[in-house]
Amino acid sequence: MLHFELVTPEKLVRSEDVFMVTVPGTEGDFGVLEGHAPIMSTVRDGALVIYRTQGGAPETLTVQGGFAEVNERGLTVLAEHAA
Amino acid sequence: MASLKALKVRINSVKSTQKITKAMKMVAAAKLRRAQDAAQNGRPYADRLEKVVASLASKVTVSESSPKLLGGTGKDQVHLLVVATSERGLAGAFNTNIVRAARRKAEELERAGKTVRFYIAGKKGRVLKRFYGNAVVADHEMGAIKYVSFDDAKAIAEDIVARFHAGEFDVAHLFYAKFVSALVQDPVGQQIIPVAVPANAETLQKTGAEAAVEYEPDEESILADLLPRNVAVQIFRALLENAASEQGSRMNAMDNATRNAGDMINRLSIQYNRTRQAAITTELVEIISGAEAL
Repeated sequence: MLHFELVTPEKLVRSEDVFMVTVPGTEGDFGVLEGHAPIMSTVRDGALVIYRTQGGAPETLTVQGGFAEVNERGLTVLAEHAA
Repeated sequence: MASLKALKVRINSVKSTQKITKAMKMVAAAKLRRAQDAAQNGRPYADRLEKVVASLASKVTVSESSPKLLGGTGKDQVHLLVVATSERGLAGAFNTNIVRAARRKAEELERAGKTVRFYIAGKKGRVLKRFYGNAVVADHEMGAIKYVSFDDAKAIAEDIVARFHAGEFDVAHLFYAKFVSALVQDPVGQQIIPVAVPANAETLQKTGAEAAVEYEPDEESILADLLPRNVAVQIFRALLENAASEQGSRMNAMDNATRNAGDMINRLSIQYNRTRQAAITTELVEIISGAEAL
Protein backbone atom coordinates (compact mmCIF):
# COMPACT_ATOMS: atom_id res chain seq x y z
CA MET A 1 0.00 0.00 0.00
CA LEU A 2 1.04 3.55 -0.64
CA HIS A 3 1.20 5.92 2.31
CA PHE A 4 -0.58 9.08 1.26
CA GLU A 5 -0.69 12.42 3.08
CA LEU A 6 -2.56 15.52 2.10
CA VAL A 7 -1.64 18.60 4.12
CA THR A 8 -3.02 22.13 4.04
CA PRO A 9 -1.73 25.03 6.14
CA GLU A 10 -4.79 24.68 8.32
CA LYS A 11 -4.65 20.97 8.99
CA LEU A 12 -3.57 17.49 8.04
CA VAL A 13 -6.43 16.50 5.76
CA ARG A 14 -5.49 12.89 5.01
CA SER A 15 -2.97 10.45 6.29
CA GLU A 16 -3.79 6.93 5.19
CA ASP A 17 -2.66 3.93 3.20
CA VAL A 18 -4.18 3.75 -0.25
CA PHE A 19 -3.71 1.78 -3.44
CA MET A 20 -3.07 4.59 -5.91
CA VAL A 21 -3.33 8.37 -6.20
CA THR A 22 -3.49 10.33 -9.44
CA VAL A 23 -1.86 13.74 -9.04
CA PRO A 24 -2.55 16.62 -11.45
CA GLY A 25 1.06 17.70 -12.00
CA THR A 26 1.88 20.95 -13.80
CA GLU A 27 3.40 18.99 -16.62
CA GLY A 28 0.73 16.33 -16.76
CA ASP A 29 -1.16 13.97 -14.50
CA PHE A 30 0.74 11.11 -12.95
CA GLY A 31 -0.38 8.12 -10.97
CA VAL A 32 1.54 7.12 -7.87
CA LEU A 33 1.63 3.52 -6.72
CA GLU A 34 3.62 1.94 -3.94
CA GLY A 35 7.35 2.03 -4.62
CA HIS A 36 7.19 4.99 -7.03
CA ALA A 37 10.54 6.61 -7.82
CA PRO A 38 11.26 9.78 -5.79
CA ILE A 39 9.85 12.85 -7.49
CA MET A 40 9.04 16.46 -6.65
CA SER A 41 6.49 18.24 -8.72
CA THR A 42 4.35 21.33 -8.60
CA VAL A 43 0.65 20.63 -8.87
CA ARG A 44 -1.83 22.61 -10.91
CA ASP A 45 -5.29 23.36 -9.55
CA GLY A 46 -7.38 20.33 -10.31
CA ALA A 47 -8.65 16.99 -9.17
CA LEU A 48 -6.69 14.59 -7.04
CA VAL A 49 -8.05 11.08 -7.51
CA ILE A 50 -7.61 8.56 -4.72
CA TYR A 51 -8.10 4.83 -5.33
CA ARG A 52 -8.38 3.28 -1.94
CA THR A 53 -8.36 -0.28 -3.27
CA GLN A 54 -7.50 -1.80 -6.58
CA GLY A 55 -10.52 -1.59 -8.85
CA GLY A 56 -12.54 0.20 -6.15
CA ALA A 57 -14.50 3.38 -6.72
CA PRO A 58 -12.17 6.40 -6.74
CA GLU A 59 -12.57 9.45 -4.53
CA THR A 60 -11.92 12.87 -5.97
CA LEU A 61 -10.60 15.89 -4.08
CA THR A 62 -10.05 19.32 -5.58
CA VAL A 63 -6.72 20.86 -4.71
CA GLN A 64 -5.44 24.38 -5.22
CA GLY A 65 -1.93 25.74 -5.07
CA GLY A 66 -0.21 22.47 -4.52
CA PHE A 67 3.06 20.68 -4.47
CA ALA A 68 3.71 16.92 -4.43
CA GLU A 69 6.63 14.94 -3.15
CA VAL A 70 7.18 11.21 -3.45
CA ASN A 71 9.90 9.64 -1.35
CA GLU A 72 10.56 6.28 0.22
CA ARG A 73 7.93 6.99 2.89
CA GLY A 74 5.18 7.63 0.40
CA LEU A 75 3.37 10.49 -1.26
CA THR A 76 2.90 13.87 0.38
CA VAL A 77 0.75 16.53 -1.24
CA LEU A 78 0.96 20.07 0.14
CA ALA A 79 -1.96 22.20 -0.97
CA GLU A 80 -3.27 25.62 -0.02
CA HIS A 81 -6.83 24.43 -0.32
CA ALA A 82 -8.32 20.98 -0.52
CA ALA A 83 -11.96 19.95 -0.65
CA MET B 1 -12.28 58.85 56.69
CA ALA B 2 -14.52 58.01 53.79
CA SER B 3 -18.21 57.82 54.57
CA LEU B 4 -19.94 54.46 54.83
CA LYS B 5 -22.00 55.12 51.76
CA ALA B 6 -18.97 56.05 49.64
CA LEU B 7 -17.20 52.86 50.75
CA LYS B 8 -20.18 50.72 49.88
CA VAL B 9 -20.39 52.25 46.41
CA ARG B 10 -16.68 51.67 45.95
CA ILE B 11 -16.91 48.01 46.98
CA ASN B 12 -19.78 47.40 44.61
CA SER B 13 -17.95 49.00 41.74
CA VAL B 14 -14.85 46.87 42.34
CA LYS B 15 -17.07 43.82 42.56
CA SER B 16 -18.60 44.43 39.16
CA THR B 17 -15.16 45.04 37.67
CA GLN B 18 -14.09 41.72 39.13
CA LYS B 19 -17.03 40.02 37.48
CA ILE B 20 -15.97 41.41 34.11
CA THR B 21 -12.32 40.43 34.45
CA LYS B 22 -13.34 36.97 35.59
CA ALA B 23 -15.58 36.53 32.57
CA MET B 24 -12.83 37.79 30.26
CA LYS B 25 -10.42 35.34 31.78
CA MET B 26 -12.74 32.43 31.14
CA VAL B 27 -13.44 33.56 27.59
CA ALA B 28 -9.70 33.87 26.95
CA ALA B 29 -9.11 30.40 28.35
CA ALA B 30 -11.71 28.93 26.01
CA LYS B 31 -10.31 30.80 23.03
CA LEU B 32 -6.78 29.83 23.97
CA ARG B 33 -7.59 26.15 23.51
CA ARG B 34 -8.96 26.80 20.07
CA ALA B 35 -6.01 28.95 19.08
CA GLN B 36 -3.60 26.34 20.37
CA ASP B 37 -5.32 23.65 18.33
CA ALA B 38 -5.12 25.83 15.23
CA ALA B 39 -1.41 26.42 15.81
CA GLN B 40 -0.89 22.70 16.27
CA ASN B 41 -2.76 21.82 13.09
CA GLY B 42 -0.68 24.25 11.09
CA ARG B 43 2.58 22.64 12.07
CA PRO B 44 2.78 19.64 9.67
CA TYR B 45 2.44 21.82 6.58
CA ALA B 46 5.00 24.36 7.75
CA ASP B 47 7.47 21.64 8.75
CA ARG B 48 7.21 19.81 5.45
CA LEU B 49 7.41 22.91 3.33
CA GLU B 50 10.43 24.07 5.28
CA LYS B 51 12.19 20.76 4.65
CA VAL B 52 11.44 20.83 0.95
CA VAL B 53 12.57 24.43 0.57
CA ALA B 54 15.73 23.73 2.54
CA SER B 55 16.63 20.71 0.46
CA LEU B 56 15.88 22.54 -2.78
CA ALA B 57 17.77 25.63 -1.73
CA SER B 58 20.83 23.59 -0.91
CA LYS B 59 20.86 22.27 -4.46
CA VAL B 60 20.46 25.56 -6.24
CA THR B 61 23.49 27.82 -6.29
CA VAL B 62 22.67 31.42 -5.57
CA SER B 63 23.48 33.48 -8.62
CA GLU B 64 22.23 36.53 -10.50
CA SER B 65 19.48 34.51 -12.09
CA SER B 66 18.21 32.78 -8.96
CA PRO B 67 14.93 33.96 -7.46
CA LYS B 68 15.30 37.25 -5.64
CA LEU B 69 13.38 35.90 -2.67
CA LEU B 70 16.23 33.48 -2.11
CA GLY B 71 19.26 35.49 -3.14
CA GLY B 72 18.10 38.93 -2.03
CA THR B 73 18.40 42.13 -4.01
CA GLY B 74 22.12 42.29 -3.48
CA LYS B 75 21.65 45.24 -1.15
CA ASP B 76 21.01 45.59 2.54
CA GLN B 77 19.87 49.17 2.78
CA VAL B 78 16.12 49.30 3.31
CA HIS B 79 14.63 47.05 5.97
CA LEU B 80 10.94 46.37 6.28
CA LEU B 81 9.72 45.42 9.73
CA VAL B 82 6.45 43.54 9.62
CA VAL B 83 4.82 43.92 13.02
CA ALA B 84 1.97 41.53 13.81
CA THR B 85 -0.08 42.49 16.85
CA SER B 86 -3.57 41.80 18.11
CA GLU B 87 -6.71 43.75 17.36
CA ARG B 88 -7.73 44.13 20.97
CA GLY B 89 -6.09 45.38 24.08
CA LEU B 90 -6.39 44.26 27.70
CA ALA B 91 -3.93 41.48 27.11
CA GLY B 92 -1.24 42.51 29.54
CA ALA B 93 2.06 43.49 27.99
CA PHE B 94 1.44 41.38 24.88
CA ASN B 95 1.28 44.14 22.28
CA THR B 96 3.73 46.38 24.09
CA ASN B 97 6.34 43.63 24.04
CA ILE B 98 6.02 43.01 20.30
CA VAL B 99 6.14 46.70 19.50
CA ARG B 100 9.10 47.15 21.80
CA ALA B 101 11.01 44.32 20.11
CA ALA B 102 10.34 45.93 16.73
CA ARG B 103 11.43 49.37 17.94
CA ARG B 104 14.61 47.99 19.40
CA LYS B 105 15.44 46.39 16.06
CA ALA B 106 14.56 49.62 14.27
CA GLU B 107 16.89 51.63 16.49
CA GLU B 108 19.66 49.13 15.98
CA LEU B 109 19.24 49.28 12.19
CA GLU B 110 19.09 53.05 12.18
CA ARG B 111 22.30 53.24 14.17
CA ALA B 112 23.88 51.09 11.48
CA GLY B 113 22.75 53.66 8.93
CA LYS B 114 19.93 51.62 7.39
CA THR B 115 16.54 52.86 6.35
CA VAL B 116 13.65 51.38 8.27
CA ARG B 117 10.07 50.91 7.05
CA PHE B 118 7.14 49.44 8.95
CA TYR B 119 4.33 47.20 7.85
CA ILE B 120 1.61 46.96 10.46
CA ALA B 121 -0.71 43.98 10.73
CA GLY B 122 -3.13 44.41 13.60
CA LYS B 123 -4.67 47.49 15.14
CA LYS B 124 -2.50 47.60 18.23
CA GLY B 125 0.63 48.08 16.17
CA ARG B 126 -0.60 51.51 15.17
CA VAL B 127 1.18 53.09 18.11
CA LEU B 128 4.26 52.83 15.91
CA LYS B 129 2.81 55.63 13.79
CA ARG B 130 3.41 57.94 16.68
CA PHE B 131 7.15 57.31 16.61
CA TYR B 132 7.74 56.49 12.97
CA GLY B 133 4.85 58.25 11.25
CA ASN B 134 6.25 58.46 7.74
CA ALA B 135 8.10 55.16 7.85
CA VAL B 136 4.86 53.20 8.16
CA VAL B 137 4.19 52.04 4.61
CA ALA B 138 1.07 50.01 5.23
CA ASP B 139 -1.51 49.30 7.87
CA HIS B 140 -3.13 45.99 7.09
CA GLU B 141 -6.75 45.83 8.18
CA MET B 142 -7.46 42.71 10.24
CA GLY B 143 -10.44 43.84 12.30
CA ALA B 144 -12.96 41.60 10.56
CA ILE B 145 -10.96 38.42 11.10
CA LYS B 146 -12.21 36.22 13.87
CA TYR B 147 -10.05 33.16 13.32
CA VAL B 148 -7.03 33.57 11.12
CA SER B 149 -7.18 31.57 7.90
CA PHE B 150 -4.40 30.89 5.47
CA ASP B 151 -5.94 33.28 2.96
CA ASP B 152 -5.50 36.16 5.40
CA ALA B 153 -1.82 35.34 5.74
CA LYS B 154 -1.54 34.91 1.98
CA ALA B 155 -3.02 38.35 1.37
CA ILE B 156 -0.36 39.91 3.58
CA ALA B 157 2.39 37.81 2.02
CA GLU B 158 1.36 38.71 -1.52
CA ASP B 159 1.33 42.38 -0.64
CA ILE B 160 4.77 42.15 0.91
CA VAL B 161 6.25 40.09 -1.93
CA ALA B 162 4.82 42.55 -4.48
CA ARG B 163 6.43 45.42 -2.60
CA PHE B 164 9.68 43.48 -2.52
CA HIS B 165 9.65 42.99 -6.28
CA ALA B 166 8.80 46.65 -6.75
CA GLY B 167 12.06 47.38 -4.97
CA GLU B 168 10.54 49.01 -1.90
CA PHE B 169 12.87 47.18 0.46
CA ASP B 170 15.76 44.71 0.55
CA VAL B 171 15.24 42.76 3.74
CA ALA B 172 12.07 41.96 5.66
CA HIS B 173 11.76 40.98 9.30
CA LEU B 174 8.66 39.66 10.99
CA PHE B 175 7.79 40.44 14.60
CA TYR B 176 5.31 38.44 16.64
CA ALA B 177 5.00 36.72 20.01
CA LYS B 178 5.95 33.10 20.09
CA PHE B 179 3.66 30.97 22.19
CA VAL B 180 5.75 29.07 24.73
CA SER B 181 3.06 28.30 27.29
CA ALA B 182 -0.07 29.92 28.63
CA LEU B 183 2.18 31.83 31.03
CA VAL B 184 5.10 32.64 28.75
CA GLN B 185 5.02 34.40 25.41
CA ASP B 186 8.24 35.38 23.74
CA PRO B 187 8.34 38.38 21.43
CA VAL B 188 10.58 37.38 18.52
CA GLY B 189 11.87 38.88 15.32
CA GLN B 190 12.79 36.74 12.37
CA GLN B 191 13.98 37.42 8.85
CA ILE B 192 11.50 36.34 6.20
CA ILE B 193 12.93 37.90 3.03
CA PRO B 194 15.35 36.87 1.64
CA VAL B 195 14.48 33.36 2.77
CA ALA B 196 16.93 32.26 5.40
CA VAL B 197 18.20 28.82 4.46
CA PRO B 198 18.66 26.70 7.57
CA ALA B 199 22.27 25.99 8.39
CA ASN B 200 21.61 22.28 8.42
CA ALA B 201 20.52 22.29 4.78
CA GLU B 202 23.76 20.59 3.82
CA THR B 203 23.30 17.76 6.24
CA LEU B 204 19.71 17.35 5.18
CA GLN B 205 20.86 16.74 1.69
CA LYS B 206 23.47 14.21 2.65
CA THR B 207 21.25 12.08 4.79
CA GLY B 208 18.92 10.72 2.41
CA ALA B 209 17.87 8.81 -0.54
CA GLU B 210 17.48 12.16 -2.17
CA ALA B 211 20.08 11.41 -4.76
CA ALA B 212 17.78 10.24 -7.49
CA VAL B 213 14.88 12.61 -7.04
CA GLU B 214 13.26 13.69 -10.24
CA TYR B 215 12.01 17.26 -10.57
CA GLU B 216 9.03 18.35 -12.55
CA PRO B 217 9.64 21.09 -13.73
CA ASP B 218 13.27 21.76 -12.74
CA GLU B 219 14.51 22.70 -9.26
CA GLU B 220 14.61 26.44 -9.94
CA SER B 221 11.04 26.64 -11.15
CA ILE B 222 9.75 24.65 -8.21
CA LEU B 223 11.71 26.89 -5.89
CA ALA B 224 10.35 30.02 -7.57
CA ASP B 225 6.88 28.62 -7.00
CA LEU B 226 7.47 27.61 -3.42
CA LEU B 227 9.32 30.65 -2.08
CA PRO B 228 6.37 33.08 -2.07
CA ARG B 229 4.31 30.33 -0.49
CA ASN B 230 6.97 29.90 2.13
CA VAL B 231 6.65 33.58 3.05
CA ALA B 232 2.89 33.13 3.39
CA VAL B 233 3.35 30.07 5.56
CA GLN B 234 5.75 31.87 7.86
CA ILE B 235 3.35 34.75 8.23
CA PHE B 236 0.49 32.33 8.81
CA ARG B 237 2.48 30.59 11.49
CA ALA B 238 3.27 33.92 13.11
CA LEU B 239 -0.39 34.92 13.10
CA LEU B 240 -1.42 31.62 14.66
CA GLU B 241 1.28 31.86 17.32
CA ASN B 242 0.19 35.42 17.93
CA ALA B 243 -3.44 34.42 18.35
CA ALA B 244 -2.52 31.80 20.92
CA SER B 245 -0.11 34.15 22.70
CA GLU B 246 -2.70 36.89 22.81
CA GLN B 247 -5.24 34.67 24.53
CA GLY B 248 -2.63 33.29 26.90
CA SER B 249 -1.48 36.77 27.78
CA ARG B 250 -5.03 38.02 28.25
CA MET B 251 -5.91 35.06 30.42
CA ASN B 252 -2.96 35.87 32.62
CA ALA B 253 -3.66 39.57 32.78
CA MET B 254 -7.30 38.97 33.64
CA ASP B 255 -6.40 36.38 36.25
CA ASN B 256 -4.15 38.94 37.92
CA ALA B 257 -6.82 41.61 37.64
CA THR B 258 -9.39 39.31 39.23
CA ARG B 259 -7.04 38.55 42.07
CA ASN B 260 -6.21 42.21 42.59
CA ALA B 261 -9.88 43.06 42.64
CA GLY B 262 -10.38 40.37 45.28
CA ASP B 263 -7.63 41.84 47.43
CA MET B 264 -9.07 45.28 47.02
CA ILE B 265 -12.53 44.12 48.03
CA ASN B 266 -11.06 42.53 51.16
CA ARG B 267 -9.25 45.71 52.10
CA LEU B 268 -12.27 47.88 51.45
CA SER B 269 -14.53 45.52 53.40
CA ILE B 270 -12.25 45.72 56.42
CA GLN B 271 -12.22 49.47 56.17
CA TYR B 272 -16.00 49.49 55.78
CA ASN B 273 -16.50 47.29 58.84
CA ARG B 274 -14.08 49.37 60.93
CA THR B 275 -15.84 52.55 59.95
CA ARG B 276 -19.20 51.05 60.74
CA GLN B 277 -17.95 49.83 64.13
CA ALA B 278 -16.48 53.24 64.89
CA ALA B 279 -19.77 54.90 64.05
CA ILE B 280 -21.66 52.51 66.37
CA THR B 281 -19.17 53.10 69.18
CA THR B 282 -19.44 56.87 68.83
CA GLU B 283 -23.19 56.65 68.87
CA LEU B 284 -23.14 54.48 72.00
CA VAL B 285 -20.77 56.84 73.75
CA GLU B 286 -23.05 59.72 72.87
CA ILE B 287 -26.14 57.92 74.22
CA ILE B 288 -24.41 56.82 77.43
CA SER B 289 -22.96 60.23 78.15
CA GLY B 290 -26.33 61.73 77.35
CA ALA B 291 -28.01 59.36 79.83
CA GLU B 292 -25.37 60.13 82.48
CA ALA B 293 -25.94 63.84 82.12
CA LEU B 294 -29.57 63.46 83.14
